Amino acid sequence: MSYSKEELIKIQEAKDKWQVKVDKTVAKQGERKQPFVSSGFNEVERLYTPLDTPGSYSGKIGFPGEYPYTRGVQPTMYRGRLWTMRMYAGFSTAEESNRRYKYLLANGGSGLSVAFDLPTQIGYDSDHPMSEGEVGKVGVAIDSLADMEILFDSIPLDKVSTSMTINAPASILLAMYMAVAEKQGVPFEQLRGTIQNDILKEYAARGTYIFPVQPSMRLITNIFEFCGTKVPQWNTISISGYHIREAGSTAIDEIAFTFANGMAYVKAALKAGMDIDSFAGRLSFFLNAHSNLLEEVAKFRAARRLWAYIMKERFGAKQSRSWMFRTHSQTAGSMLTAQQVNNNIVRVCIQALAAVLGGTQSLHTNSRDEALALPTEEAVITALRTQQIIGYESGVADTVDPLAGSYYIEALTDKIYNEAWEKIQKIEEMGGAEKAIELGYIQNEIQKAAYQWQKDVESGERIIVGVNKFQIKEPEPTGLLRVDPSVQTAQITKLKDLKSKRDNLAVSNCLDDLRKAAKGSENMMPYILNAVKSYATEGEICGVLREEWGEYVAAVTL
Amino acid sequence: MAQRKIRVLVAKPGLDGHDRGAKVIAQAFRDAGFEVIYTGLRQTPERIVATAEQEDVDCIAMSMLSGSHLTLMPKVTKLLKQKNMNEILVIGGGVIPGEDIPLLKAEGIAEIFTPGTPTSVCVDFVKNHVKH
Repeated sequence: MSYSKEELIKIQEAKDKWQVKVDKTVAKQGERKQPFVSSGFNEVERLYTPLDTPGSYSGKIGFPGEYPYTRGVQPTMYRGRLWTMRMYAGFSTAEESNRRYKYLLANGGSGLSVAFDLPTQIGYDSDHPMSEGEVGKVGVAIDSLADMEILFDSIPLDKVSTSMTINAPASILLAMYMAVAEKQGVPFEQLRGTIQNDILKEYAARGTYIFPVQPSMRLITNIFEFCGTKVPQWNTISISGYHIREAGSTAIDEIAFTFANGMAYVKAALKAGMDIDSFAGRLSFFLNAHSNLLEEVAKFRAARRLWAYIMKERFGAKQSRSWMFRTHSQTAGSMLTAQQVNNNIVRVCIQALAAVLGGTQSLHTNSRDEALALPTEEAVITALRTQQIIGYESGVADTVDPLAGSYYIEALTDKIYNEAWEKIQKIEEMGGAEKAIELGYIQNEIQKAAYQWQKDVESGERIIVGVNKFQIKEPEPTGLLRVDPSVQTAQITKLKDLKSKRDNLAVSNCLDDLRKAAKGSENMMPYILNAVKSYATEGEICGVLREEWGEYVAAVTL
Repeated sequence: MAQRKIRVLVAKPGLDGHDRGAKVIAQAFRDAGFEVIYTGLRQTPERIVATAEQEDVDCIAMSMLSGSHLTLMPKVTKLLKQKNMNEILVIGGGVIPGEDIPLLKAEGIAEIFTPGTPTSVCVDFVKNHVKH
């Protein structure tokens, strides 16, 4: 990457001459736009040259598997092992979802990813008034360990890794997973997986919070501590930018806000007395794989370099594992269209390619019908095949970080790195992510960008194929997945049945112990584990915690 | 005397936390000159109707992406009917299958705006249909 001063001067002179010619062309013919702005809101120049990428190879780019990990967190990357093809799935009952998991595994899916319904995500049982109409709709309904046992029936937890998209009640679902493993005879040390467990982005962008900030952060640090010794292969958190980007943020803000949240978790754990290297190696991330392929690749590379810097230089972590930015990615759901749904297959392919060229550790690809409903089996198989074709046929996985050295990619990597860090420091000056969310700063920045996006689409400045250009008249789509309302009735019946068969005295005792622990400052996990094993329902456990800790009151920031 | 601005309540019924659409439409309504109140998340039908009454709105606009629209939207219109608040225009948007739209209209929801609809279409609909 280093050019001699003389060479750079020569390039500058040549560029100036070239510029004169270009200006004449542009004056005559114009360009399609002025300026060109990426979908992540970065301005894109006509041409990038060595003049745009100052600095040496060794410091900024380096080698995969070595600080600052710009080129990848593992030295061999996909030559060693392809990324995990981890398809987010779950709907209706545990039985139905178990079927879908087996289908995905049989078709080459290499890891599980559980989608829970909204009542489960928000700590309500299926029979709670707030659950009406919501049971099993956006994910699987899990009311108790009994449902969890069905969910993983005949799925060996020592052979499969599982990611669970669960936040406020993550401790409970993790405890249920551990209880299922115990019944299977699998020791906790062998369990591999992730819980999303990222409450700050719930407050800022996703909305499935339960408790106020302090007790929520306590639960998170309790999980760091507990898993550090008991479930050492488990990723205790998936610090997420996906949802922030989906809510409308710029690409730079996706990284800035994710990392500000990450820093808040690190600080909370340090405040709780933990040694940084005891938990940092199990922090993981979750990024959006958006439509502008080149920008996304630069974003991923900038993220690796920046997190490494933050962990090593800002927090002083000593172990290299603590410096590594390991991430899951999902193709941008918000870019799917309800119109001409087959176009979405193409979109997802480009987005998936971006994530792979970006060096993701695992990937979910959306199905073509997901602007309308949860995916059918038919639609989801194409989404999975997309990853397999990229991995086995395109060749991009056969060499590490192939786009490195591109003048554009390196210049944009630097830009995202620098501007994200600037924004993070701004948030740190405000008092950190928790304060920034309290003030509505993060929400407002997201909303500003989301509104600008909508204005750009409506003015035609930003083209969405099939929506504001190349529209056709088409019939209403058919054959979409629908979750039957009978799922709710079935769950309610299951709950009645469970409560009549279990040892209610044991449940009551466990809940009492849980309540005492909630009032104190011990690690909550052992108490949650006991409650879960007694077949206390998720709603009952969260009910106790709601009583002790209260509920988060969101400030309306519009 | 200056004409009273059209007052719209933008609401998020149920447990759904996706508020990008609700916030965008709220801002579009504001830019169009409406007075907009945004409820925030986790609204029960009862709360939505109470707020609508309190704020003396002309229109309730509900945004739903979680699939519970057939349960929650009709509850709102039923409550409005019970409380004799039938003058209020009720509209909705979000991830709502086409085949559900006639069912919702039968329950008193005047129109559903599905993904890809320009905000100007929603603005014009409110202007043309609100009882003001």
